[in-house]
Amino acid sequence: MSNELTGTIKRPSHQTSGSGNETPITPSAKRSWSLRRKLIVTLSGFGGLALITLVVAPLVGPTPITLARVFDTSVPFRDNVDAQIFFIARLPRTLAGILVGASLAVAGVVFQALLRNPLATPFTLGVSAGASLGAMLVITLGLPSAVAGIPAVPIASLLGSLGAAGIVYAMATLRHRGLSTTVLLLAGVTLNSFFSALIMFVQYSSDFAQTFQTVRWLMGNLDVGGFQPILATLPLLGIAFVMFGTLPRALNLLTLGSDSAAARGVDVLRVQRVAFLSASLATGAAVSLSGPIGFIGIVIPHLIRLVVGADHRIVMPASAFLGAAFLVACDVVARSVMAPLELPVGVITALTGGPFFLWLLVRRR
Amino acid sequence: MLQVTNVSFAYDKHLVLNDVSFELASGGLLGILGPNGSGKTTLLRLLGGLLCPTTGQVVLDGSDLDSIPKAGLAKRMAMVPQETYLAFDYSVLEVALMGRYPHLQTFEVEGPEDVELARAALTETGTADLEQRSFMTLSGGEKQRVVIASALAQFGRRAADAGRRPSEVLLLDEPTASLDLGYQLDIASTIRRLNKDRSTAVVVSTHDLNFATSVCDHVVLLRQGCVLAAGPIHKILRPDTVKDLYDVDVVVEQHAVAGHLTITPLARRATDAPDGH
Repeated sequence: MSNELTGTIKRPSHQTSGSGNETPITPSAKRSWSLRRKLIVTLSGFGGLALITLVVAPLVGPTPITLARVFDTSVPFRDNVDAQIFFIARLPRTLAGILVGASLAVAGVVFQALLRNPLATPFTLGVSAGASLGAMLVITLGLPSAVAGIPAVPIASLLGSLGAAGIVYAMATLRHRGLSTTVLLLAGVTLNSFFSALIMFVQYSSDFAQTFQTVRWLMGNLDVGGFQPILATLPLLGIAFVMFGTLPRALNLLTLGSDSAAARGVDVLRVQRVAFLSASLATGAAVSLSGPIGFIGIVIPHLIRLVVGADHRIVMPASAFLGAAFLVACDVVARSVMAPLELPVGVITALTGGPFFLWLLVRRR
Repeated sequence: MLQVTNVSFAYDKHLVLNDVSFELASGGLLGILGPNGSGKTTLLRLLGGLLCPTTGQVVLDGSDLDSIPKAGLAKRMAMVPQETYLAFDYSVLEVALMGRYPHLQTFEVEGPEDVELARAALTETGTADLEQRSFMTLSGGEKQRVVIASALAQFGRRAADAGRRPSEVLLLDEPTASLDLGYQLDIASTIRRLNKDRSTAVVVSTHDLNFATSVCDHVVLLRQGCVLAAGPIHKILRPDTVKDLYDVDVVVEQHAVAGHLTITPLARRATDAPDGH
């Protein structure tokens, strides 16, 4: 981008040479780079946090292990307990936490911006209820646990979430010019309770063992049991995150309202479509991996906004990093505090994040 | 510069505008006047290219609005809605910078020039000293002026885009509807100054006749989606036309001190129109 400031504006403006080092930088020019600086500072901060959690989390747990023994090639993998714990139990779990935490946090940001409603979560529009219903049906109907080597529960939950998203989207576009976010919200909330009723019905008609299994699934769990499910969701999350990448500046403008955004050259309908699709896809893929884990999608975005402001160019990546770090950290706590018993990670996310968020809210206002 | 030709518009089957035609001259100050529900906001959204006419056309500098790419249009035409509510809190400078959207590529970050242009726009509306304030904490009048600045930032051009300066149109929907007297005067003088200094053409929709007379040189009288009259304000605003517009008897006089027409309402739907003047 050009650094030259010339006289197209009425205010007397200064000239900077190509390198810009010779001329004194005015306060205004200094501040004009603040977005880029803010981006670098915030993202390296939260990115570093996510990286540290990624490295440290697999080493922490009821059984102490060391990296030296994990990568000790003199011991065959079969006999290397540290390596087994690291690669089979903890690493997949950590990676799942990173993916799910990042996806739910960014999906929360996008749904809040799309609906212009700070109370929206990734689960507001029925995506997770659809996913849950899909998973419930497979568990309760005793369908084969795998189709062509792929576990059936994640597939069914993914289909359920996409089905729910499709219904809500169709409702919001059917009889409206463009996409009505009011209808989107109302249809989503209605579908959510409709699916919840169906889930209750399915649960009521299932036996004790199945009910136990479904309740466990609904609590959410990062114990994905290997790298396979993670690899399976990666392409979907990849697509969703590439779509997220095109959104931040347009979402800033949607905050002004769709007319004001359109008057500034935003293709509002296209942005709304991309936002809805990407956030639904990310939520569906995340839920199919771990089951619904609440709280991340609403608190992480707000926490980030309280710290860095509302600019989605910073809020979206920062939320992804913090969501990932936070969920992985909560999972470490969940599997450690009452070992060998494991707490549902959703309990930890709500119990630790909630009070902290409230404190931040009170302190800032 | 901006021609509206036989424009009709219907929401579903409800006809909101019926065969509307008028023209905005380059650098003109046009008021769209009419009672509540007369179709003023719809007309403004059509002028801004946010809606397409059901029939008829809106032409800007010789090209149909539909045929102008959105970003290109946004560099020449800006719109200020009646009220702006932000779903999330941005600083005043961030709101002004949102006006730079049509000038940036998808992944481009605002550069120093964009910040300078946004600041210049804030200065033009007298809100430069608010730039670090949170938009949500501003008063109604301050918000309105910041949103006008954000709209003006759309017009600002970088050094690289210098050259022929295309015509600018600023559309304002009821800019003073919720403002007290002091802020109304602020907005009126801001609009007049923009028009004089930058020769920005301005279209203002309002139901406040005295605000219109203090700002506009031409008016379009709109009632139930139809144009009652259109032309220079001194010719159009007469007791009989105002009575047709609002069913109200008024006195229209040139105010010696204010220097523009003033309209004093007398009574609703009186049968005997007094001699205005």
